Amino acid sequence: MITFDNVNKRYASGQDALVRVSLEIPSGDMVFLTGHSGAGKSTLLRLLTAIERPTKGSILVAGQNLNRLRNGQVPYYRRNLGIVFQNHQLLFDRSVYDNIALPLSVAGCNKREVGRRVRAALDKVGLLNKEKQNPIMLSGGEQQRVGIARAVVNKPAILVADEPTGNLDPKLSQEIMELFTDFNAVGVTVLVASHDLELVARMRRRVLTLQSGQLIYDGVPSREVLPS
Amino acid sequence: MKYSQAKVRRQSNPAADKRARSTGAVIARTGFADRSHSWLGHHREVAADSVRRFFATPMASVMTALVIAIALALPAALQLGLLNFQRAVAGWDGQPQISVFLHKEATDTAVSALAERLRSDSAIAEVTYVSPEDALAEFEQASGLGDVLVGLGANPLPAVLLLRPRDAKNGEKLQQLVESLRAQALTDSVVLDLAWVQRLAQLTELGQRFSAGLALLLALGVVLVVINTIRLHIESRREEILVVKLVGGTNAFVRRPFLYSGICYGLFGGFLAWVLLASGVAMLSGPIEALSSSYGSSFELSSPGARYLLQLSLGASLLGLLGAWLAVARHTHEIEPR
Repeated sequence: MITFDNVNKRYASGQDALVRVSLEIPSGDMVFLTGHSGAGKSTLLRLLTAIERPTKGSILVAGQNLNRLRNGQVPYYRRNLGIVFQNHQLLFDRSVYDNIALPLSVAGCNKREVGRRVRAALDKVGLLNKEKQNPIMLSGGEQQRVGIARAVVNKPAILVADEPTGNLDPKLSQEIMELFTDFNAVGVTVLVASHDLELVARMRRRVLTLQSGQLIYDGVPSREVLPS
Repeated sequence: MKYSQAKVRRQSNPAADKRARSTGAVIARTGFADRSHSWLGHHREVAADSVRRFFATPMASVMTALVIAIALALPAALQLGLLNFQRAVAGWDGQPQISVFLHKEATDTAVSALAERLRSDSAIAEVTYVSPEDALAEFEQASGLGDVLVGLGANPLPAVLLLRPRDAKNGEKLQQLVESLRAQALTDSVVLDLAWVQRLAQLTELGQRFSAGLALLLALGVVLVVINTIRLHIESRREEILVVKLVGGTNAFVRRPFLYSGICYGLFGGFLAWVLLASGVAMLSGPIEALSSSYGSSFELSSPGARYLLQLSLGASLLGLLGAWLAVARHTHEIEPR
């Protein structure tokens, strides 16, 4: 589903954010991406979401070569991704419902379908009774759930999350991770970037570890051998 | 997708249920009919939203619209003034006319002989004889001073020959004609009422050019005002633009609300300009009518009608759209997710 082939990313400042990264994530996999801040996690996600382009190497997502993606095609590519952010990126000038409906109205869904899908997504993250509230009234964990509902409302084939539990306590973090596991169970390919090694280890899933822009670990760790 | 199955089943939608069961993760697609329907729906929504946003900050919005209105009302008022002026002087067609006032002692036969001779002159297109009696009747009618003239006893007005020269454009020939008319024995005086007719035409032309130039300049001003206003809108909705772009919003989708806002400002500005113009005319029409009736004219100031309203709102909307487009083209692609 996702293939990185010898991907390099060098910023204009001359800093190498990613160095010859090659990886393969099959469809339906759930993978964690770890590493210290500045190791290249965010860069990898930015390349995957077509926010930035690789300096060298190629990225294939669902058979589509991102290097050949024209600027005008980027929006259509992003509609097949669900993106969850650490700071949720919710809009506080509208209700929870309207926040979640945004990807659907962007894609041009009719109103009835929007209502159906938004409520299904809200139901899934357990916030069905909060649809009329402003997200600013919700707790941090609830806000993140709204962010996740927005990411999955368009039924994306791939779900990408950047530090989704960054600001949450361990119990809430665990709940969020279980949500991702549920989506993965119905066939969604999930990639979660997290620096919470404890949590990642507990999940017992495939882990990719970046260090100084290089992929230094790829496998399913037991608790003891998890690289620090 | 299976995670939505529970909901789907509850609504007993067999087609969706089947689709959800048969596949795992699929790339979501939306049908063309659905999309074009939704495209129109989105336009409607965005248009309504732009009006709502306009009135959400009424003071700021109305002030912007008022700036647009004043900028538009100025050239429109000038245009309307010129139009009225042209209507007021419509009786004068701009053709020069030579009035030959004859000696009071001239006999009728001598006068008609002179008129006949002038008619056969190739330089003259038309000769009209106005007898003293005709002149008196016309004067009485136009001035309303008939009683005074009756008191005078004798008719003080001379006979007049009104001539239309054939070649009005050639000033030298015209001058020659005037000289030869002055040399006639019967002639008392000759008046060539050419200069002021030409001056009038030139003044009107000048006014028209001036108002066109002013309109152009102020239209540019309107565009700049809208650019600046929309730029602030874009800045205040920065977060929203970022999120929309991240969830797959196209540039057109991002642009749309701002374009509608630009149209909104233009439309309200144009409407206010018309209101300013109409109230200005209403304020002036009283004194102007009084003035024109004192000159014995039944001239009335024509007010800006529905056509003006349509032209002003449409023109201003287009200017608003143009300004918004320029602002959006310049600022929205600077806002990209990082």
